[in-house]
Amino acid sequence: MTAASLDTTAKTSAERGALARARLLRGLLPALSLALVLLAIAWLNPRAISYFGFSLMLNLAIPIALATIAQMFVIAGNELDLSIGTFVGFVGCVTATWLKDAPLIGVVILLGSIGIYALLGALIHLRNLPSIVVTLGMSFVWQGLAILVLPKPGGKAPDWLLAIMSFKPPFIPFPIIAALLIGLVVHFGLMRTSYGVILRGSGGNPAALKRAGWSLLRTKIVLFALAGLFGVLSGMALIGITTSADANIGNGYTLLAIAGVILGGGEFVGGRVSPIGAVIGALTLALAASPLLTFMHIPPDWQVAANGAILIIVLAARVLISRKER
Amino acid sequence: MPEGNADIIGLSGAEKHFGAANVDIIRLDGAEKHFGAVRALGGVDFHVGPGECVGLVGHNGAGKSTLMHMVAGTLAPDSGKIGVHGGIEDNYSVSRAQKLGIRCVFQELSLCPNLSVAENTRINHAALSGLGWRRRAATLITAKLDEIFPDHGISAWDIVGDLSIGRRQMVEVARAFTVTQDRLDLVILDEPTSSLDAHTAGQLLAFVRRFVAAGKSCILISHVLGEVLRNADRIVVMRDGKVVVADAANAFDRDRLVTAMGGAEAHRGTMTETTKAEAGPLRVRARPARQADGKELVARAGEIIGLAGLAGHGQTDLLLAIFAAAQRIRPGIEVTAPVALVAGDRQSDGIFPQWSIAENIGIRSLARLRNGLLISPQREAELAAFWQQKIGIRTPDMNNNIFSLSGGNQQKALFARALGSDAEIVLMDDPMRGVDIGTKLEVYDLVREEARNGRTFLWYTTETEELDNCDHIYVFKNGRIVANLTRDELTEEKIIQSSFGDAA
Amino acid sequence: MILVKSLAGKPWVWSFLGALLVWLATIAFTGGYGAGGMVTAALSLAVFTVIVGVGQMFVITLGPGNVDLSLPANIGLASAVAMKVMAGSDSMIVVGLLAALACGAAIGAVNYLLIWALRIPPIIATLSASFIIQSIDISYGRGLQIKPPPGFADFTNWQILGVPVLALLTVLFTIGAAIAMQRMIYGRSVLAIGQNIRAAWLAGVNVGRIRFLTYTLSGALGGIDGALLAGYFRGANVDIGNEYLLASIAVVVIGGTSVAGGKANVPGVWGAALFLVLLLTMLNTFGVSAGVRLLLTGLIIVGVITAAGGEKAVR
Repeated sequence: MTAASLDTTAKTSAERGALARARLLRGLLPALSLALVLLAIAWLNPRAISYFGFSLMLNLAIPIALATIAQMFVIAGNELDLSIGTFVGFVGCVTATWLKDAPLIGVVILLGSIGIYALLGALIHLRNLPSIVVTLGMSFVWQGLAILVLPKPGGKAPDWLLAIMSFKPPFIPFPIIAALLIGLVVHFGLMRTSYGVILRGSGGNPAALKRAGWSLLRTKIVLFALAGLFGVLSGMALIGITTSADANIGNGYTLLAIAGVILGGGEFVGGRVSPIGAVIGALTLALAASPLLTFMHIPPDWQVAANGAILIIVLAARVLISRKER
Repeated sequence: MPEGNADIIGLSGAEKHFGAANVDIIRLDGAEKHFGAVRALGGVDFHVGPGECVGLVGHNGAGKSTLMHMVAGTLAPDSGKIGVHGGIEDNYSVSRAQKLGIRCVFQELSLCPNLSVAENTRINHAALSGLGWRRRAATLITAKLDEIFPDHGISAWDIVGDLSIGRRQMVEVARAFTVTQDRLDLVILDEPTSSLDAHTAGQLLAFVRRFVAAGKSCILISHVLGEVLRNADRIVVMRDGKVVVADAANAFDRDRLVTAMGGAEAHRGTMTETTKAEAGPLRVRARPARQADGKELVARAGEIIGLAGLAGHGQTDLLLAIFAAAQRIRPGIEVTAPVALVAGDRQSDGIFPQWSIAENIGIRSLARLRNGLLISPQREAELAAFWQQKIGIRTPDMNNNIFSLSGGNQQKALFARALGSDAEIVLMDDPMRGVDIGTKLEVYDLVREEARNGRTFLWYTTETEELDNCDHIYVFKNGRIVANLTRDELTEEKIIQSSFGDAA
Repeated sequence: MILVKSLAGKPWVWSFLGALLVWLATIAFTGGYGAGGMVTAALSLAVFTVIVGVGQMFVITLGPGNVDLSLPANIGLASAVAMKVMAGSDSMIVVGLLAALACGAAIGAVNYLLIWALRIPPIIATLSASFIIQSIDISYGRGLQIKPPPGFADFTNWQILGVPVLALLTVLFTIGAAIAMQRMIYGRSVLAIGQNIRAAWLAGVNVGRIRFLTYTLSGALGGIDGALLAGYFRGANVDIGNEYLLASIAVVVIGGTSVAGGKANVPGVWGAALFLVLLLTMLNTFGVSAGVRLLLTGLIIVGVITAAGGEKAVR
């Protein structure tokens, strides 16, 4: 049924400006992907579409969305961060130890780690280094630090954090509200403010930006610092949910965050990113990676495969839609 | 258009006289610049007064771009002085130039493709910030576009990457003329019409006349000498990093300009050979995808076929379709021999930036350069040396990186790549964009010679003069062939008529 | 001429220099004890990184965004396939190797199929593929306790005068890869695509076929690597390839191959692989904890790449 309605919208709009249509569809694709996954869930298990069901399925959506946003800032500047996962893990370990036991030192450490992110941006720009390698190296550094902070799984999240993350608003589950909020705030900051334009422009045509008198060093530092900031938020949110930490807790987030940005319609080069798309992409992945799979009675051996398959199906659907549009 | 122009020129003459007492907007004294051992600029004196349009001409590599980068503040001279509005500038820079009202439209597009037209405007205006900046940016750029290109059809919220290259250039030009807090006195236009069709180019040049008439100034760089002759008040000719002549525009004609530039002789019979005997075997038969009637493009061995019409009306699309059809059969297109393509947009379609000139030439002919399984470096060098000599690529060593060449010579290397291959059909996608006239004339000769030897050329060009080299011309409009002219029937009016009028 | 040029100030020289320094630091610490044995061990272990590194290098050279993230899963599955086919019998060694090769090549081909059919960035395609392969491996290799045939295990550990034979063979293979990259139509096409895919198509390069071949090659090398690893470590297991995701990318880039594509460096892969293996040996010799080891490894990677500097941006 949805396929048919898609078909007709594509046809009726065929007469109108091709530009607007292409842009609209580009913007809608992530949402359609999410709708597709939701439909699949509703079809397989109608009971999952409920307050409780969503709270459960989207359990880890907030940290994934925040990590995806972090990655998105880096990608907006034509770089890639392979260390965001271990960074989230490191932040998690600090949150479960220092931030609880000695909040002041904890805050200093976390602010310092954002500062390190900013320095990385400066280093990558000044020495013209491939960010993939630098962040690859940093992924070892963060993991090492995480193990040093918390050699064995454990620690405990600060109570205020637990309180925030277990907030239960009426009608709409907290993860959905939080994701919406994150998406809107970042969308405003990056897509609507005048400096956001400069940040995105630094990915679109750095030479032109430089020629217009803007500092590329500054844009890179800002983008990496923002990535660090959202990485910190992601790690804290994660610990607020899991209540205790483990040095390897964030490792999977590097690839999830990249996948989220791409599912959200972002591109690796050219500064084409979309914060709302990225959040939607993260939600899609969170659903795909969630206890949803146990709902479906998929044997544990094949859970990972189901993740991959969902990723492929969603992307394939996207191709089908955009082909029809063309 | 011509009548309108004449009026404005008259006006601006008066204006110029009136403003002659004012100080120069910019003045360079003895500007020198070296890049390594290469002297790009050797002691140039240059100035622009208020209310004048200065035409700047010269071959590629004559130093025009270097000079303009200095005026715009993107390059600092090694020695020499820069004065703006009568004051000496010691720390001249881009932002300083902006403050002083000097802007530049560079040849390479400097828009961000991922941003909208309004957002791109914001990048050049620090003042466009705070609440409501998006609306202000949109109003600003839309007003300027309306003023320069009345029927532009561009929305301020269009993403630049979605626009055609011609429209992008329109945005680029319009953006340079927008004013917020900084003053605007001088705009440098470096090949502003290279991606525009005749209609929009006319609109732009008419606007430039109005702009100058209002007491502002322009520097116009163009390889289309007619444009410079018709629109500049004063013409400065550069050669080998020096100014060789500077004089009032009406003191020049085409011949004198070309002679001053030191290029090949000004006049060359473009139609030296008589009409071909009879047609050779069929090489290409192609119908554009959007062609509704039975018209199709037919090319035979030894023919030079021109593809004309306004820029972006399906000529490139058809060339690419023919290129693709040579690899995999496509409906509506018949190709009977190997095909090679000479790209017009060198950076995005032609050049391999990491490679030497020789490697850039050899890539199309790798199969023939093999000795057994491996590519023979010796044969590759021979191929490169042969074409260096034949097409005149100016470099001490063909193993140098391709970017060591000037733009015109890079384009020659792309020609060598296609002509040195086994291709019997050569597609040319407006390859002379921004190439100096000396290079052009050399390449025209070569193309005709190769055609005599049986090669087929399909030549899309935005410069009507180049169509004189063709045996047969197809005029395109809205992705369709609307006219089919032989060389004898070819006149500029005919092409313009078919491009604008309804399909006859 | 080309050799002299490439020797002077090329980034891959740094990787060999780094390997040498790390080695010297280690034997200085041990007082010269075990210097030779350390090189032998480093060569044996580096082989596995080099083989997948070369495959990854061809992929990365295809241009920005091209990377094969399915290598670890691929290695894991191929190691299981090889052990199962060989079934502990010396007579089946060649068949087992071929099976692993075919398994890897098939994975590579599927990777490219996903990239081509879904028009998605290779990072995402190979990532999704790796999820599925991982599951197949878990399901297929469950409880797999087959030992490699004794002949195969001996072969992977075989040394002549302290030089692992496998390392010698791998040197030959890398020489072949270097020649293929610089002097064969295939390699030239890869380099052309990496610099500018559109220009490569317009210059007559068969872009689709070359990319297909490259992903298949990378997959096939991953498959062989899996079989060899299973022989060397005497048994297959699901996690056997895990460390080769980051390692394969790291050796390519530390070795001086451009992540922007179009510029490859085969000798650098060896230098970087030796560097990484020796670095690990050194830190183990120093007896540092796991956390410090990771921290130092990371800092040294960042330090090396910073010292070597980025290439000048090509306009």
